Amino acid sequence: MRQFEVPAYAAVSDTGFIFLGNSGETFNLNEIGKEIFDLIRLKRNTEEVFKEILENYEVDRQTFERDFEDFINRLLSYGLIKEI
Amino acid sequence: MENKKRYERPVVLKQFSGFMNKFGSRPTTATRTEVDGIPVNELVEKYGSPLFVISERKIRENQRRANRIFKTRYPKVQFAWSYKTNYLNAVCSIFHQEGSWAEVVSGFEYDKARSLGVKGEHIIFNGPDKDKPALRRAISEGSKIHIDHFDELYDIIEIAAELDKKAIVAIRVNMDTGIYPKWDRFGFNYENGEAKQALRRIMTSPGLKLTGLHTHIGTYMMSVDAYKLAADKMVELAGWLKKEYDHILDYIDLGGGFPSNNTLNGQYLPAEQILPTLEQFADAITTSLLELPYPKDELPVLFLETGRALIDDAAHLISTVLAMKRLSDGRRAMIIDAGVNLLFTKFWYKHQITPAQDGGMMTEETAIYGPLCMNIDVMAESITLPVMKKGDKVVIDYVGAYDMTQWMQFIQMRPNVVMIMEDKSIELVREAESLEYLATNEKLPEKLRNFKI
Repeated sequence: MRQFEVPAYAAVSDTGFIFLGNSGETFNLNEIGKEIFDLIRLKRNTEEVFKEILENYEVDRQTFERDFEDFINRLLSYGLIKEI
Repeated sequence: MENKKRYERPVVLKQFSGFMNKFGSRPTTATRTEVDGIPVNELVEKYGSPLFVISERKIRENQRRANRIFKTRYPKVQFAWSYKTNYLNAVCSIFHQEGSWAEVVSGFEYDKARSLGVKGEHIIFNGPDKDKPALRRAISEGSKIHIDHFDELYDIIEIAAELDKKAIVAIRVNMDTGIYPKWDRFGFNYENGEAKQALRRIMTSPGLKLTGLHTHIGTYMMSVDAYKLAADKMVELAGWLKKEYDHILDYIDLGGGFPSNNTLNGQYLPAEQILPTLEQFADAITTSLLELPYPKDELPVLFLETGRALIDDAAHLISTVLAMKRLSDGRRAMIIDAGVNLLFTKFWYKHQITPAQDGGMMTEETAIYGPLCMNIDVMAESITLPVMKKGDKVVIDYVGAYDMTQWMQFIQMRPNVVMIMEDKSIELVREAESLEYLATNEKLPEKLRNFKI
């Protein structure tokens, strides 16, 4: 189980637009990406994120696991989240 | 369960600021769920993936349109289907049903046309490689042989004498039409007088009957002026023949080379925005021909060997996503089951690749690779696509010309080819290859049959 946090300089709008205050970089999230990002902001661990998504979306665990790994790797490489 | 939301892979995209593309970019969220009215999924379920799909309706439409464009500008026009562009029997037969002759460039293609029922007199035999058996057949069946070089000319003189039959010939003429690269490897040159030298030799050979002149100035030609120049030079040669020998030609063959709307690699704008129309090409050619110093009722037939422009947009390649992955720089990559083995024209075209299912609004820059374990197998360096997943389908357009002849049996076998008929029924026109098919011509020496590992 892993736990991440969103740095304080990352501002997110309701539509999934992210602005990084420290670099001026901007990003876009799709709907489910925004939902996961919000859960991370709320300090949910990965197991809790999985539970939430699998309950609400038409997706099996294996498919989501694969996509989640890739998504988290992108967020980490862009500095949008940090592992704690 | 029924209240669950439709799943789409979570995506984060970085926004880049910089110079805007002043032309904007093509809308890439478009999807194509059907090919010629038949759902992509239905086709794949029944015939597998990858799958070539050809539209009978589109081929007929293209040929009829081309006929109309040229025949409204010049009284006598005859198309000859360029076999090398696509010689699937089903495709050739549609063109023959539409009245086209056959234009072949090898003994094998000649035999193929004959086996489909095309009479020798309706075959134009082009190309630098016509071996003696093929020439013998062509001469005895009265096909129109377009001579490429002097060695061939002498072969024909010899065979005609042997058969005691007149060979019906034309010469292929190459010329400077201002385009680069200059196609001077086929036929006899106009500027240096070689063409006239060949014509003189023919006119003085009792075994040969000169019926036409042929040129083919290039392929995927983007210049109308080049055709005008080519037609002018042919008219000059025809005029010279009339003056010198009082000889009237039956036809002038302007070859092929008209482009399709497929966009070339390195071409910034989509092809349809920069290419001349078929009407413009027709104007250029026919305006010149009408200048011929011939009696009006004896004007030669204009032969055209159009290939690409008549077939490219009539075929599509359906392919399935095998995997999605990340490249080292974070870029998205997609592997599909159709590669350069099936799409030889990938080496010069930027094909239009469209998802066959609805995707979300989010798009990603994606590199598309084929299934071959070879670095050359790149289907698109970078293309904007909606979020896609394994199992999704894409439709690749403009694959009718040269792909189904230049395709390679390399690593993978060639797949089914189906034709959607005018009444929307589907016919399998070439069955997928099997190991058995591939092994047919292989011979394994006896001493190599057994081994222990």
